[in-house]
Amino acid sequence: MSDNRLSVFKTYKLYVGGKFPRSESGRVYEVTAKTSAADAAGKGTWLANAPQASRKDARDAVVAARKAFGGWSGATAYNRGQILYRIAEMLEGRKHQFVREVADAEGLSKSKAAAVVDAAIDRWVWYAGWTDKIGQIVGGANPVAGPFFNLSTPEPTGVVAVVAPQKSSFLGLVSVVAPVIATGNTAVVIASADAPLPALSLGEVLATSDLPGGVVNILSGKTAELAAPLASHQDVNAIDLTGADADLAKELEIAAADNLKRVLRPPVSRHHPEKEAQSSDRPQAVDGDDWSADPGTHRLTAFLETKTVWHPTGALGVSGSSY
Amino acid sequence: MASAFEYAPAPESRSVVDIAPSYGLFIDGEFTDAADGKVFKTVSPSSEEVLSEVAQAGAADVDRAVKAARKAFEKWSALPGSERAKYLFRIARIIQERSRELAVLETLDNGKPIKETRDADLPLVAAHFFYYAGWADKLDHAGYGANPRPLGVAGQVIPWNFPLLMLAWKIAPALATGNTVVLKPAETTPLSALFFADICRQAGLPKGVVNILTGYGDAGAALVQHPDVDKVAFTGSTAVGKAIARQVAGTDKKVTLELGGKGANIVFDDAPIDQAVEGIVTGIFFNQGQVCCAGSRLLVQESIQDELLDSLKRRLSTLRLGDPLDKNTDIGAINSQEQLSRITALVETGEAEGAERWSAPCDLPSSGYWFAPTLFTNVTQAHTIARDEIFGPVLSVLSFRTPDEAVAKANNSQYGLSAGIWTEKGSRILAVANKLRAGVVWANTFNKFDPTSPFGGYKESGFGREGGRHGLEAYLDVR
Amino acid sequence: MPTTAPAFSDATASDGALRRFLHGLPGVDAVGLEARAASLGTRSIKTTAKAYAIDLAISMIDLTTLEGADTPGKVRALAAKAVNPDPTDRTTPHTAAVCVYPDMAATAAAALAGSGVKVASVATAFPAGRAALDVKLADVRDAVAAGADEIDMVIDRGAFLSGHYLKVYEEILAVKAECARADGTDARLKVIFETGELSTYDNIRRASWLGMLAGADFIKTSTGKVGTNATPANTLLMLEAVRDFREQTGVQIGVKPAGGIRTSKDAIKFLVLVNETVGEDWLDNHWFRFGASSLLNDLLMQRQKLSTGRYSGPDYVTVD
Repeated sequence: MSDNRLSVFKTYKLYVGGKFPRSESGRVYEVTAKTSAADAAGKGTWLANAPQASRKDARDAVVAARKAFGGWSGATAYNRGQILYRIAEMLEGRKHQFVREVADAEGLSKSKAAAVVDAAIDRWVWYAGWTDKIGQIVGGANPVAGPFFNLSTPEPTGVVAVVAPQKSSFLGLVSVVAPVIATGNTAVVIASADAPLPALSLGEVLATSDLPGGVVNILSGKTAELAAPLASHQDVNAIDLTGADADLAKELEIAAADNLKRVLRPPVSRHHPEKEAQSSDRPQAVDGDDWSADPGTHRLTAFLETKTVWHPTGALGVSGSSY
Repeated sequence: MASAFEYAPAPESRSVVDIAPSYGLFIDGEFTDAADGKVFKTVSPSSEEVLSEVAQAGAADVDRAVKAARKAFEKWSALPGSERAKYLFRIARIIQERSRELAVLETLDNGKPIKETRDADLPLVAAHFFYYAGWADKLDHAGYGANPRPLGVAGQVIPWNFPLLMLAWKIAPALATGNTVVLKPAETTPLSALFFADICRQAGLPKGVVNILTGYGDAGAALVQHPDVDKVAFTGSTAVGKAIARQVAGTDKKVTLELGGKGANIVFDDAPIDQAVEGIVTGIFFNQGQVCCAGSRLLVQESIQDELLDSLKRRLSTLRLGDPLDKNTDIGAINSQEQLSRITALVETGEAEGAERWSAPCDLPSSGYWFAPTLFTNVTQAHTIARDEIFGPVLSVLSFRTPDEAVAKANNSQYGLSAGIWTEKGSRILAVANKLRAGVVWANTFNKFDPTSPFGGYKESGFGREGGRHGLEAYLDVR
Repeated sequence: MPTTAPAFSDATASDGALRRFLHGLPGVDAVGLEARAASLGTRSIKTTAKAYAIDLAISMIDLTTLEGADTPGKVRALAAKAVNPDPTDRTTPHTAAVCVYPDMAATAAAALAGSGVKVASVATAFPAGRAALDVKLADVRDAVAAGADEIDMVIDRGAFLSGHYLKVYEEILAVKAECARADGTDARLKVIFETGELSTYDNIRRASWLGMLAGADFIKTSTGKVGTNATPANTLLMLEAVRDFREQTGVQIGVKPAGGIRTSKDAIKFLVLVNETVGEDWLDNHWFRFGASSLLNDLLMQRQKLSTGRYSGPDYVTVD
């Protein structure tokens, strides 16, 4: 490779409904590299112009997510697992690109960035395995006192708006998106405002991983501008506020009450000291959460509805069962 | 149906319950007046007779009760689960012992038939305490990690349609998991919660673990917004539920909401018709239709609509409306004048919008709040009575042609609490149940409840589940 | 003599048509049916309503003796009891009928002559029904000739359970023909399904329609000779069948639960089922019967309690 060769820049685009549109507003914003030197200088190296999505882009993303919900939630859990695993496979193949993007985005060394990308790939594998198990963990038959078969099954909540973590632009992003779609929800994701490039590149991976268009939609831009219409949108069923600061989170939670969205609040410490003491063995929050910690199941269950179906059993005959 | 076989009055004895002329708030194990001395009257909806005068809690009382609950939390949450369990078992047993008394009391204060309080409410109340009693020392095995911790003080606000049962749904899991409780019953049905306070005393429950504040919505709002409340549990209207969701925004209060519904009861042409008719009746006329999970929209396949409606009307004509204490009464009184006015207004809207009204022929008593079992035909999804929760004995009948259409109409609602499916075809039950966006689906049955069975809604019917293992999560610090 | 109701003549055109018709009837959800029956069982029938129900129940009893050890003396004693159930209270109504084996029909007819109490005779190789058709028909002929007002036949459950519905249908038709008397009148025909052997509620509904289509005057649950006899649920189901049949054909059919109904409380529960399922048109012994024996004394003791205010005892009712 000649040093003289002029490299080809990539135009970063939104990922909506399986396509890669520019913002309908035509706006872009500068994304710069985050390095300690750049931080000190107060100005980072220019990386790319990211699309600055608008309220209308958010609306279009909701339409796409809603359209995709029936098929995705109706797919077999095994099929969803296969696709999530395929995402891991695709990422593995493009690891170098993501290591570079994450290093730039988060100001990490190559080796630290590589560890983050590895963890993100492994997270897809973790959630790929959960798709056909969570129903057995949180559902089941209930022993009601009567001649009825009673079964509780978890079902996806619907369209989930996800305010992705601001700092952990890739591992954090994967950690909030994967559990949402693993259970059959579809997602409208607001990428980290300052570091959206790994998220926008993830869209390219998703598009080539057999994930149906619209299951994940990725927007870049100003978090508050995009989150507000999603929080109040009547056709959005839930919102994950992980990447919202306290003031924005409160505002969004109030808006979300209009149609009683399920709200996953940003992780905060509780105000009772005795509880803090009890939870001190928990990994301490970084960017609201420790993304390298065992993810547990709470992000899976946060966007599940329990449906309980009753059906009479009765006896084999009019004389009652002979058992 | 007029008959030579006229049932003579068969009233349950009222003497089994002794209602005091006045009651205080139950705070820190003592009955006490409201700080500002305010009181309000509770009346029997079937006669408008004043039953008692109870203290009306205000913000100062809420603060006092939350402080008592906070103080009690330290010891209560530190008790071994097996000890908490025994308190709950005691409560369950005392409820069983006093169930006839409580059934009569509930019927007097709420207006629902003694048949229901005796055979549904009270057995379920006791069962709920038994069920959660057993969980108290088994929380490590509940799937929420090792040693899951309680949240702290639970502020609970409950409605008037199942006063004691809703209390049980709230208090049993809260105490089993080690929380302490401040509960506000509805202003029209305060008495059974106050009797429950007495049961707590009989059970020797430590002071402050359960606090009962009778009062109005302002007391409920003060409780929800109290900074030292860690958990809010509310059952009631969707409008209030939304207000609560806004009030707790930005706090770390955990919230569960059980709100309204407009349940679709779907009857296919291959249904077990006679049982479907019973299920429709149970679905919308149980507790005078004042049930959040009522099957208030009947979706009937067009091919059997006429036949089904004839059967339904014939069946409705046999419903016995009247004295709730009469053991043969099927339909009791509407809980309040306010609710009666709401039902009446919505029924008038239904007529004004062109739906066809049919009411069961029955004489309404001259005093009290009454509404005859009513159904509307010629209803479409566009009618107000097909969309708004009426919370009364009023059924809206719509038709459909195919399973797809049935599911689409059933789901076409801001609510998602309950639904019913009637068909003899097993695969259709599973397919339709799978597509319905509702938290509880009853197939070939309706309005069945059990402490082991999670209950709660999709969409604007609220979030969180009550009952079963799922019901523990609302009261544990799990994420 | 109407046989098949005209509205359903197609249904009985062939074995296949009959099967399609019977299997096209709405299914029965067992849990729901039993819950409804149990719910009606919680009705509280007091004072005047109870007095009415007790007298009505007495008047609906087919006072039954169906023992290998039956003798003319036993039958005459039973007949006397049927006519005059409570010697201490002449206002007590008589029972609807006395129910005996065919060889006792003449004895019963003689003992009951002029009393208003009917003679019912079981027939068709009761209770198993396992005999050649000729033998069954001869059994019926004998009973009618001996003065039976009513014939309680059993269906061929083996044929029913093996799906030979038309065979069952035609056998009922044949028995019905034997119920005709020379003077142009008919003995009323009660068709016993032996619901405990039919085993499922769907079968009971199908058997009910089969019997009604074949011209049964009554449909009857059981013989009293198997484990499961009359229950509130199977009787409720049969009441629904006669209700629906009248709705569709205009023809009213009677219902007779038999076996296992021993107390006044039980009997009153059945009357509540009648009252709230088919209504007062059936609250008459022309349309509803109890096949019972020990029930009568319990009703009489309850009747005495209502009139005297004291609880009665078995020494104050007659044992026959």
